[in-house]
Amino acid sequence: MAHIRVLRSGVADSPPILDPFDSFVLPPWDAEGDGRTDGAIHAVGRPVPRVEARAKVTGTARYSGDVRLPGQIYAGILRSSVAHGTIAAIDTRAAEALPGVHAVLCHRNAPDIHWHRSRLFDPHLRYVGDEIAAVAAETPRQVEDALAAIRVEYDRLPHVLDALAAESADAPRIYDDGNRADDVARYQRGDVAAGWAQAEVVVDRIFTTQTAMHNCLETHGCTAAWEAGQLTLWESTQGVYEIRDEVAQHLRLPANRVRVITEHMGGGFGSKLTLWKHSLIAALLARATQRPVQLLLNRESENLAAGNRNATWQHVRLGALRDGTLTAIEMTSVAAVGANTVGGESSNVAGLYQRLYRCANVRTEQRAVHTNLGPSCAFRAPGYVEGAFALESAMDALSRELDIDPIALRLTNYTDEDQVRCLPYSAPDGLRHCYERALEAFRSADAPHLRLPRRGLRRGMGVAAHEWGGGGHAPAYAWAKLNRDGTLEVITGTQDIGTGTRTALTQIAAEELGVAVDQVTVRLGDSAAGPFSPVSGGSATLATLGPAVRAAVADLGARLTQAVAVDRNLPADQLIRGYGEIRHAGGSAGPWPLSDLAQSLAPHMLTGEGRRSANPEDCSVRTFGVQIAEVAVNVETGEVTVERVVAAHDCGRVVNPLLVDSQVVGGVVQGLGYALLEQPVVDVESGVPLACNLEEYLIPTIQDVPPIRCAGESAPDLGANAIAAKGIGEPPMIPVAPAVANAIYDAIGVRITDIPITRASVLGALARIGEAP
Amino acid sequence: VSDEVRAESADGAGAVAVRLRINERDHDLLLEPRTTLLETLRYEIALTGTKDACNHGNCGACTVLIDGRPQYACLRLAVDCADAAIVTIEGLATADRLHPVQQAFIDADALQCGFCTPGQVLSAVALLHADPDPDDAAIDRAMSGNLCRCGAYSHIREAVRRAARIVGG
Repeated sequence: MAHIRVLRSGVADSPPILDPFDSFVLPPWDAEGDGRTDGAIHAVGRPVPRVEARAKVTGTARYSGDVRLPGQIYAGILRSSVAHGTIAAIDTRAAEALPGVHAVLCHRNAPDIHWHRSRLFDPHLRYVGDEIAAVAAETPRQVEDALAAIRVEYDRLPHVLDALAAESADAPRIYDDGNRADDVARYQRGDVAAGWAQAEVVVDRIFTTQTAMHNCLETHGCTAAWEAGQLTLWESTQGVYEIRDEVAQHLRLPANRVRVITEHMGGGFGSKLTLWKHSLIAALLARATQRPVQLLLNRESENLAAGNRNATWQHVRLGALRDGTLTAIEMTSVAAVGANTVGGESSNVAGLYQRLYRCANVRTEQRAVHTNLGPSCAFRAPGYVEGAFALESAMDALSRELDIDPIALRLTNYTDEDQVRCLPYSAPDGLRHCYERALEAFRSADAPHLRLPRRGLRRGMGVAAHEWGGGGHAPAYAWAKLNRDGTLEVITGTQDIGTGTRTALTQIAAEELGVAVDQVTVRLGDSAAGPFSPVSGGSATLATLGPAVRAAVADLGARLTQAVAVDRNLPADQLIRGYGEIRHAGGSAGPWPLSDLAQSLAPHMLTGEGRRSANPEDCSVRTFGVQIAEVAVNVETGEVTVERVVAAHDCGRVVNPLLVDSQVVGGVVQGLGYALLEQPVVDVESGVPLACNLEEYLIPTIQDVPPIRCAGESAPDLGANAIAAKGIGEPPMIPVAPAVANAIYDAIGVRITDIPITRASVLGALARIGEAP
Repeated sequence: VSDEVRAESADGAGAVAVRLRINERDHDLLLEPRTTLLETLRYEIALTGTKDACNHGNCGACTVLIDGRPQYACLRLAVDCADAAIVTIEGLATADRLHPVQQAFIDADALQCGFCTPGQVLSAVALLHADPDPDDAAIDRAMSGNLCRCGAYSHIREAVRRAARIVGG
């Protein structure tokens, strides 16, 4: 394999590049290094419209809940209405007798399946929404009727909702061995005591962030069907392989008997990274009834029991010299993770504290505690979004304390190395460029603060920065095949969660082979069709799969060149692969159009195989971003209007500027909701969440969205991976809340340390400084 | 509602005959009166382009056109729509031509996961029918009943602007 040479330029001694198991040595796509006859990058970097957009605007895109199979029936789940208790009695007879009902499952008759620290149907109920029973019936309405006919008696137990309270020795026990969800995560570098001794200025604050609900518009759900002992799940998931393996494990099935399909997914944001109970319940009901079963969560269940971003309490201390140099960073966080966690990404609140600023002396401690509320899970940049609010608010406070410009303070403490891994960044100037671009864009665009002042309105601007992963990782695999008409298909076991993965991978494949984008189809979202790919999480999908896809197509391209060489009796190293053709270096033969070559080979088929190689060991691949927000605060009503946001992010090479802009805009919008609107309400006495719908839990509408300027630009990170691209999915959400909070401080001169920042909290803050209206 | 009444209605005993005109085709259906238009579209005639995201009239994912006006299908009983002309997302494009709003949504990348898109597109179609030259405030007002959790709003706004230029000439 490694001996096949592919010429990428007319120079006969250009280096061999083809080894699908070392994709990193592929040369960069650029006009100079590429050497194609047309010398142009034709697919990567272009604003190619989403390849599945037509299906999505015509309603033909099929989501898991759109599957309709012969004999399909429906299912639903009965959930606990108490925050903590046990099932004293359950009577399902009336439900079973209703017309259309096929099966009722509860802890008495369901297989005893282990579920994290409890059971699939556990008679010990730990939150409002905990699963009690499930019903399968002919129609969704019959399911609802049957669920309503199940009678449950509870033995109530005292509940605890607050994380700090749940840590105390006399708190109600959610698990027999206590309420601690995980080991305490401690980190330390340097001599923190010495850092405090050195400090001339100290900022010492407590910040809190709320529980936030994902509210993907497509709720969790699946359609399960058994055929000849094989289970197929059409699942709304960020990981078809992850679900396949988890289902196989829980149901004790061999992996080759489980197939998971996700054609399209209506939003995940981290909440669909791992297996949830509904998938197992649907599979069990389908097996029991011998019918395909569709089980979709309703909106309330989605918000009660299918994940949320955990609330945090953060105690932050920053020490600095008068010139702004940080001498110590210390942070303790407590995360309220709800009644259970489901694996997947953990919430690393401390990550930014450890990496964002150069500081020799850092200590962090993170504790995670169970409460009698719904399970938490990853939510777009878990931990970092929470941590950024507190750290970047504290940095803003420090800049005020020192009377140093907030960006100047940040640049004083700039680091070009990953201080946790003790490695230089692959893009050491990545963050610096973000500061520059954000400032430049902020200054050049329409400035609301220059408008005429209005009574009661005060304007302010705030800045926040971040770093994050997103460099991708091994392993991931892709296959490529050349059809007889010269069209290319790429097959991989990843999924497109709405970020545009299909499109970006299509562009990469088209670029590598030298064909038009519409000559390429990427097939994904089926664990039975494509090779292994990890979950779509951590903003890693493009940087993980892109190199694998490129390697697969390069492998295919090398075989094609080889085949032409043999067929035409020419040395392979005298053949040049150009756009849509192969030609002879000397110009004495060809060019041969790709479609003709494929046709002449048929029915033989050229295939390629590619693998994501490991990340470099001599540098740390991270993404960076800086945002500046400008707000207007009405000091009479407390209303905060975000007037504009400038977002400069470093995601390496931009494969598709249209898609990057979408990710940036979307992340900022979610961040605005988190900063200003989204607030769960829980009745303290009963432990019942009261805002589990989109009426009371407010997510942004189009009217809440100001101009958002995407100020980043393509900056290929050549040290990162074979496509020089990094992720952009999560980063845009990270700095939004602190940028807005800092802008509010700038406007009203009082710092609000708890989000969401509502009208009530603005008026309360003004009252504290004697400025109540 | 007592269990007895529930049992009876679940039996379909109360089902009535309804003729619905959807995308210029008549559908003769036997429906319980409690059946919503959304349930009818998704479960009775498998027009699954209309999405169920909240089923409470809060999100707009199930928006359809009823006599040209954007309506939440989850809040309308099917029996109540018997005399109306209903257009769903499946009825907007012809075999070879997308509606200008659909094309504009593609061009502006006014969608990400796509789950809210059918509703967004139909709200935009209704807006441009009523007001071929809306300003941004009018666009925001008309589109504010359609939530997008991916936050594609800036691009949605841009798509409606572009479509207006085409539709309005």
